[in-house]
Amino acid sequence: MRAIVTNGARAAAAWWGDHAAAQLGLLAGTVLLFAVLGANTLENMERFGIRPGFEFLHRAANFEIGESLVAYTAGDTYGRALLVGLLNTVKVAVLGCVLATALGLALGIARLSGNLLLSGIVQVYVELIRSTPLLLQLFFWSATLHALPGPRQAFQPVAGVFLCNRGVFLPALRFDPLGWDIPQLAGFNFTGGATLTPEFAALLIGLAVNAAAGIAEIVRSGVQSVPAGQWEAARALGLPRRRILRLVVLPQALRVIVPLLTSSWLSLTKNSSLAVAIGFPDLVSVINTSANQTGQALETMAILAAAYLTLSLAVSVAMNAWNRRLARRGWP
Amino acid sequence: MSADAALAGRLAPPRHWRAWRDGLFGSPGNALITLACVVLLAWALPPLLRWAVLDAAWTGSADACRAAGGACWAFIGEKLRYILFGLYEPDRHWRPATALVLLLGFAVLAGLPRFWRPGMVPAGAAALGGAVLLLAGLPGGEPVPTDRWGGLPLTLLLAFAGMTGAFPLAVLLALGRRSGMGVVRLACVMVIEVLRGVPLIAVLYVATLLVPLMLPAGVSLDKLLRAQLAIILFVSAYMAEIVRAGLQAVPNGQYEAAKALGLGYWGTMRLVVLPQALRTVIPSLVTLGIGIFQDTTLIVVIGLFDVLNTARSSAADPQWIGFYDEAFGFAALLYLGFSVAASRYSLWLERRLTTTA
Repeated sequence: MRAIVTNGARAAAAWWGDHAAAQLGLLAGTVLLFAVLGANTLENMERFGIRPGFEFLHRAANFEIGESLVAYTAGDTYGRALLVGLLNTVKVAVLGCVLATALGLALGIARLSGNLLLSGIVQVYVELIRSTPLLLQLFFWSATLHALPGPRQAFQPVAGVFLCNRGVFLPALRFDPLGWDIPQLAGFNFTGGATLTPEFAALLIGLAVNAAAGIAEIVRSGVQSVPAGQWEAARALGLPRRRILRLVVLPQALRVIVPLLTSSWLSLTKNSSLAVAIGFPDLVSVINTSANQTGQALETMAILAAAYLTLSLAVSVAMNAWNRRLARRGWP
Repeated sequence: MSADAALAGRLAPPRHWRAWRDGLFGSPGNALITLACVVLLAWALPPLLRWAVLDAAWTGSADACRAAGGACWAFIGEKLRYILFGLYEPDRHWRPATALVLLLGFAVLAGLPRFWRPGMVPAGAAALGGAVLLLAGLPGGEPVPTDRWGGLPLTLLLAFAGMTGAFPLAVLLALGRRSGMGVVRLACVMVIEVLRGVPLIAVLYVATLLVPLMLPAGVSLDKLLRAQLAIILFVSAYMAEIVRAGLQAVPNGQYEAAKALGLGYWGTMRLVVLPQALRTVIPSLVTLGIGIFQDTTLIVVIGLFDVLNTARSSAADPQWIGFYDEAFGFAALLYLGFSVAASRYSLWLERRLTTTA
């Protein structure tokens, strides 16, 4: 028992380190600073007639939200509005990560191809995307999608897919009876199928195109990190090119790629907050409206920070687990 | 030949015509890819060229532009001063222009290794201070409130002050994160991870919405100053991680040797460890700087007018409404110019540092 106590004390002392008094002072100073700021905040809130606390989440939010995964109308609670914003953020982040990864993989492979023209085109694409601000790219996509012709003159790049100033209309899978639900022009707009609003489509395309440039570079550096001797040895064993890639090169490349991919997904998730600038109602946008209407800046900012920290943490935990598995088995 | 060299050889542009021939038409599959690429380029480039150059209107009114059918570069000519300097009074544009030259000039000087000496620190502070005074309309003349500052000088000011202001903070955070003192370490880890876990927009909203509420009644901080402080804090977290990587790259023997010479903690850090650590991370710091230069555009969401926002709002002028493609194209060229120059500089610097080290 005594051994455990001394061990614990020793560990605590090792954690605490030198200058215990100065550190206690620092701790006390930080607490004091936050106490003063907190007291100021409470005083100011009282002056403006705002009641501190999360009770406002149950009050009615008198604003519309453009699109939502769950039912919402103006007059529902602020809590519900924030949930709508959070779900919109998650929706665009998940779809964005999937699209960006697929596009980035294709571009990375194209960059590694022996064809000089193809590799050069990808290089120009990557440079162009990385040298301009994401917000500028989002403004561009937003302006482009809003400048498309009306539904009657909609573009149809692939059968069943329609692009017009009302958004992007895609065929959707239908379960009863099983089949495709194709969008149809009815009057002044399309009905049926799946609809992406222009704001959502601009954000999704912008985020995916932007992150894909980074992912292409990650894929390239990952494959390049595998020594040429590995290729040669596998060829000496008589393996065909396809199996060399699958069994020898990719498992080693993935060890480099996966940690970098994680940070690229995390930054895509954080970058989805730029939605507020092009009118997509993500979490930041709903938080901003709520904070301005209720004056509950402290509470809304706390929710915002907590939401993003949780999202970041969740992605890193999942990817770290996958990465450990990958390091052990060499293949997902 | 190592794999890197082999692949680098494959990815570098070839010097011999035969390498070009093999790279484009080496096999039937390869020739097919080349053909597909040519078709793609032939489909995409001519309309772009026609719009940007052949059908473009370089002078004239908005109506003449609309009749031409191509890009309206006359619009950029008409709005150039607004895009560059925002809402600043037109007859005092020499002030933001001089501030711009001051900031750019200092950036170029600070980029040359021959000027890396202690005297550059006060010189940098003087350049930043001078730019702020010029923009503020001081000395001599009517003061200009910060909500009228805008355009390119504002973008550069936010980026430069963001990087330079974050630097001391980042070094302290990085040292603190590796410190033996538990409370200091914990505090630094929390600051760094929280700032890196939230988007810059969230930090900017805290600065605009929450900070005024936290100040005592009667005390107020300028909105631009609050945004600048938010950017400095945000940058310092990312910079601290870069500096930490540099600190980890310094061999343990260096710490021990400094200790054997009788140097204390700060002496060791200042004279032995930090000079080596910072030298290795300079290219990463340049990359971070390019990112921050682009990220300053986010101040749009709190209603400030950087060069992207002035470009965008110039296309909302009723007389010239709707020329968004031209406005965004011009802004893109500006950012592209700065970023490409900076990344080329970073490559040059990396080569120079590795050859002289």
